This record gives sequence, C-alpha cells and structure tokens, in this order.
Amino acid sequence: MEKLLEVNNMHVSFDTYGGEVKAVRGVTFDLKKGETLAIVGESGSGKSVTTKALMQLIPKPPGRIKEGEILFEGRDLTKMSEKQMQKIRGKEMAMIFQDPMTSLNPTMKVGNQIMEGLIKHQKMDRAQARKRVVELLELVGIPDPESRLKQYPHQFSGGMRQRVVVAIALACNPKLLIADEPTTALDVTIQAQILELMKDIQKKTDSATIFITHDLGVVANVADRVAVMYAGKIVEIGTVDDIFYNPKHPYTWGLLGSMPSLDSADEELYAIPGSPPDLLDPPKGDAFAPRNEYAMQIDLEQEPPMFKVSETHYAATWLLHENAPNMEPPASIKKRMEGMAKSSSSSEKGDRI
Amino acid sequence: MSQEKLVEIKNLKQHFKTGRHSVVKAVDGLNFDIFKGETFGLVGESGCGKSTTGRTIIRLYDATDGEVIFNGENVHGKKNREDLKKFNREMQMIFQDPYASLNPRMKVEDIIAEGMDIHGLANNDKERKAKVHELLETVGLNKEHANRYPHEFSGGQRQRIGIARALAVDPSFIIADEPISALDVSIQAQVVNLLKKLQHEKGLTYLFIAHDLSMVKYISDRIGVMYFGKLVEVADADDLYNHPIHPYTQSLLSAIPLPDPDYERSRERFTYNPNNHDTSEEPEFREVRPGHWVLCTSKEFDFYKKEHATTK
Ligand SMILES: Nc1ncnc2c1ncn2[C@@H]1O[C@H](COP(=O)(O)OP(=O)(O)O)[C@@H](O)[C@H]1O
Ligand SMILES: Nc1ncnc2c1ncn2[C@@H]1O[C@H](COP(=O)(O)OP(=O)(O)O)[C@@H](O)[C@H]1O
Ligand code: SF4
Ligand SMILES: [Mg+2]
Ligand SMILES: [Mg+2]
Repeated sequence: MEKLLEVNNMHVSFDTYGGEVKAVRGVTFDLKKGETLAIVGESGSGKSVTTKALMQLIPKPPGRIKEGEILFEGRDLTKMSEKQMQKIRGKEMAMIFQDPMTSLNPTMKVGNQIMEGLIKHQKMDRAQARKRVVELLELVGIPDPESRLKQYPHQFSGGMRQRVVVAIALACNPKLLIADEPTTALDVTIQAQILELMKDIQKKTDSATIFITHDLGVVANVADRVAVMYAGKIVEIGTVDDIFYNPKHPYTWGLLGSMPSLDSADEELYAIPGSPPDLLDPPKGDAFAPRNEYAMQIDLEQEPPMFKVSETHYAATWLLHENAPNMEPPASIKKRMEGMAKSSSSSEKGDRI
Repeated sequence: MSQEKLVEIKNLKQHFKTGRHSVVKAVDGLNFDIFKGETFGLVGESGCGKSTTGRTIIRLYDATDGEVIFNGENVHGKKNREDLKKFNREMQMIFQDPYASLNPRMKVEDIIAEGMDIHGLANNDKERKAKVHELLETVGLNKEHANRYPHEFSGGQRQRIGIARALAVDPSFIIADEPISALDVSIQAQVVNLLKKLQHEKGLTYLFIAHDLSMVKYISDRIGVMYFGKLVEVADADDLYNHPIHPYTQSLLSAIPLPDPDYERSRERFTYNPNNHDTSEEPEFREVRPGHWVLCTSKEFDFYKKEHATTK
C-alpha cells in the first residue's frame, strides 16, 4: 500500500516561563492510504501536540517544531507557509475534536458552516454546495437535513453536533482525517453510532485516519495499527493484534492491565503506580523507569532505542535487548494473550534498530 | 456480602419543575435495596437520572415522593436536627470532578477535617492532625500533603483527597458519583483498587454511579440499569452481563467496545426501540430469575420467563 504520511524524528517544544516543555521528543511513524492508526497514552503524553503539529496548528510562540520532517504525499509540511497550509487544511487533512463546539461557530447556521469549506476549497457555487451539504448530513445520519441545516449548533444534541463536525471534516473528502478523542464525551450507544459512521465513510472514501483515544475498547474497535505514547515518545507501535495480544513494553502492559476485562473477577487491577514525568525536565534514561517495576539499572541511565519485534511491531524497551533477563508480563495480561497470540510472532528478544 | 438491607429505596421520585407547566421526571418511581457491605452499581446514559438518584438518597434534594430507609429508619421523614446529623455522618458522597468539589482556598488538612469539625470527632488540634495524617496515608498520600492546596495535585490525587474527606467521619455508606470518569485509565485503576481495599478493611457499602460499564461490572456486586428516570433491570453483576433481559440493557451492553480486537471484529450491536414494548398495561418491576428484576408487563414477564428463566 501507498504511504500517505511519513513522520520522521519530530520534536515539538513549548517555551514557557518555567523553561522548555519538551512535549514531543522524537516521534517517527507512517500511515498508509485507507489505514487507521490509533494513538493511545495518558493525558499529557503528547498525543494532541503530535497531531496538531501535523496540521501545523501548534501556536507559535510558545510552540515550535524543533526538528524532524512531516512528509504528506512526499511534501514536507514543516517547510510550508501558512498560506500553503490553509489550502491543505480542510481539503486534504481535516480534524475532529472531542468537544464539537471547538469546531462549530455558535452564531452561524449549521448549513452555512459546512458550505463554507465547499465554497472555499471546492470552488462550488452556493446551490451546488447546498446540495452537497444535504448529502453530507444524510451521510452522517442526521434526519430531515433540509430543515436541520437552517438551525444553529445549540439546537442539536451532543451526539448530533459531533455528527455535524464529522460532516464538516468529510466535506472535502480529505485524504487524512485526524480525530482527537471524538467520542470521549458521548454515551456508548451514540459513540457506537459515530464510530460505525466513521468506518463506513472511510471504506467508501479510502481516507486514512489517525484516531486519538484513551479508551482501549475503542482502539480495539477502530484501529489497524496502534502507537502507544509515553512522555512525548512512541514507546511501542504495531498492528492492533501485536499490541493487544503480544505487547512488549511494560507501559503497554500497564495500560492493558488497568482496564478490567469482562471476566476479570476479584483480582486487583494492575495499576501503573505514580504519575507521568514532568516534561520540563524529562528524566535521564527511560522516562518510564521510575514507574516501572521491571526497570533495570540501564533504564535509569540510558534511553532504550526502538527494537524490532517483527516486520510490523516495534518497542522501545531494554527488555528486548539480547542481554536482558526474561521478564514475564503480569498475570492478567498473560491471560489475555493466551490462545490469541496466533497472529503475531512472539519471540522474546528483538533486533535493535 | 450479607443479605441484610442497609438502604431500601421505595418508589423514590424526583420531579423538577422547569417551567410553569413543565416538569422533568428525573427520577420516577425507583425501588431497590442495597445490602450491607455490597457495591451496587447504577448505570445508564447521561440524563437518565443517576446523579439525581444519588443526590436524592443523600438528601441534597428533598424527594418528590417515596422513601429512603437507612438501617430501618426513614431518612426523608426525619425532622430532628440531631437525627439528621447522624445520617449525614453515616452517608457520604464522592463526586466526579474532584477539583470542582474541593474548595480551592482551603488547605487539604482543613478540607479533610471539615466533617470531623462539624461532628466534633476530634478533641483537640493534635488529635485532628493525627487523624488527617492517618487518612492521607489510608488513601495513598502522605502527611506532607496536608499543608498544600488542591491545585497542587493531579486529578487522581484530588480524587484521593475527596475519598479521604468522605472517610473522615467514619461513614458506613458512600455514594460515588462517577468517581473515576474524569481520570486517565491507569489512574482509574489506582482509585478503583483503593475503593475496593477500603471496602474490605472498613466494611463499607457503596452506591457506585458510572457510565463506563466494564469498570462497573468489575467493581459491583449487583447492578441497576436506568432509562429515563426508571430502573429497567436489577441483577447480580455477572447475571446482568451474561443474561441481560430487558432489551434496553441488551442494546447498552452490545454497544460497549471491549479491549479485545477479536471480540470487536465480531461484536454485533442491537438497537433499542422503546416502541416495541407491550402497552396493554403499566409495566412493573418483576423477578424473572432469582434476584434478577426486570421492568415489564405481565405479558412480557411470561415471555421473559420462558426465554430466560431456565438458561444457565
Ligand atoms: N500551549 C502550550 N504551552 C505549554 N505546554 C503545552 C502547550 N500545549 C501542550 N503543552 C504540553 O505538552 C504536553 C503534551 O500535551 P498534549 O499533547 O495535549 O497531551 P495529550 O493530548 O496526550 O493529553 C503536556 O505536558 C502539555 O502540558
Ligand atoms: N436541578 C435540576 N433542575 C432541573 N432539571 C434537572 C436538575 N438536575 C437534573 N435535572 C434533569 O434531570 C435529568 C436527569 O439528570 P441527572 O440525574 O443529572 O442524570 P445522569 O446523572 O444520569 O446523567 C436530566 O434531564 C437533567 O437535565
Ligand atoms: S526500557 Fe526499562 S524502564 Fe523502560 S520500559 Fe523497558 S524495562 Fe521498563
Ligand atoms: Mg489531548
Ligand atoms: Mg450524572
């Protein structure tokens, strides 16, 4: 499959009174056409900053992309002017946020808001744009679109508003859709409808999606591949089966273990102790080491490189080093992996890259 | 878990007047018991009346109708101030947003000790401090935290402070209204483990309100499902998940994504259509399987019994 996006060693920092906040510290990943990559990790791990950087939406100052390239169909977005980016945003890349009201103008009728992009990017006239808006509202499952497009956002329920945002994001058939916790504020049945809708549309348009969420159930539902972020870095990346059935990084173990499965009975949840590090002054060595019961001496001194587990699966943990002792993931994680490890190779050690 | 009732909720109603002629029936005739030492989970989609139920039980609102019986005594009937104080001590609440519920201008020590002061539980300042320090340690913080202000803490730590405050008056019953919904997954697990540990050590009874159904299943002994102000189903946690009977519960459970890609690839979602119910009479709460109650008409009851009474 064709590569749509390639992010290489991206660093993003914010200059604050307290000093430089190193929010994203060398992130590398790629995305193919039609693919969905989920990014998971605790709040503050750099998920939103990563995706905002892709859209060149980092406020400068205080923010800056310190280093790295973002190749979108081969063009480096970090080198583009704001004017060039405006042509790409909305048309080729679109974003959906958790709170639909951050993307909607409360004083503008919903129909006009969707038409705006169509007129600007697709050079449609008003009549054409209006026709397309009705189609889009139908596509996202809003009943009676003809009369709904004359209403204001506050006349819609939370779930319906998020559908409108999805419609705006999809208006120009973007090649890349970035969804930042799009369903976190919604009830499960509404969430299920929005997720089904997004997948449906993706199938029809072959667009790629980056989906940020902290709900691992949602990840299992939407993702082809998963990137786990911790303290501004991707610590593990692989197919959805690699990550859920053969996780290698202790942080991924912690994330998976902290969610009960429906049959986990009375055992304690495997909670990750403590809280994430301060990105003003990231610790030496592996940023996760202070919270990691599996940490070794080297973790406190040297940052682990990415190790290759398989063609699709990489993790940055010294546990994959050939000299590392064999460590077993916690029992609750092993239980999940049992009988499911078929799809991914399960060698204990990886190749350093 | 005993079968001894700690809280009995009988026909509880909370109707809010929202205009001259409009009324929101936020809670509309609830009947359920909470046993001593158990965790009763209350689930349902936003706006179905979970918080109003919790707030009415603890008397933040006066009930429109119905009774709450605590340890055999009617809470809502109480007039006497001394009796009220006793109930206030027995029942405590933990809120979703640990920040909004902690006074930002008060030191953690004073936040935690507020209830102790009201109920005169510490004889002097030294005893008060000692009790606060002990509570901080109980919830996994330390005594250095006593002199700080809420904004100096992370969300998970604030929720621990909220828990310490609730524990300060030695309650027997705690209503936790979405106590983990605002926290990160890994921090959620820490708080849930803490709540479970405290329950074991102190024999606490919980009403645990949430919309995250997998966490509710994990923490609860029994679960009640609410829909538009009414309970539609109450059962043991396992029985509810393995044999949901009311079509609304079935649809709700079928919509939850689980952290298991194989399961997700085959999960089928059902949609609930409230118009499919039998309307020949007013539905009532009926016991379809032992300990498994469903809101249904007598026709539906017969049907559910045939479908579900025997399956294991
Ligand atoms: N405008 C900003 N100024 C300073 N720091 C910021 C700014 N925006 C984000 N950050 C910091 O960057 C880090 C990553 O944030 P974010 O990407 O929003 O996390 P996530 O989306 O994973 O929860 C956090 O430590 C946050 O405080
Ligand atoms: N103080 C109030 N005045 C009027 N209506 C209210 C009040 N509190 C809650 N409601 C309404 O009652 C219903 C139930 O609300 P709530 O108990 O908060 O639901 P939940 O906690 O399940 O989300 C909602 O329709 C809500 O708008
Ligand atoms: S590199 Fe070390 S501290 Fe980091 S995750 Fe691996 S074992 Fe833990
Ligand atoms: Mg974010
Ligand atoms: Mg509520």
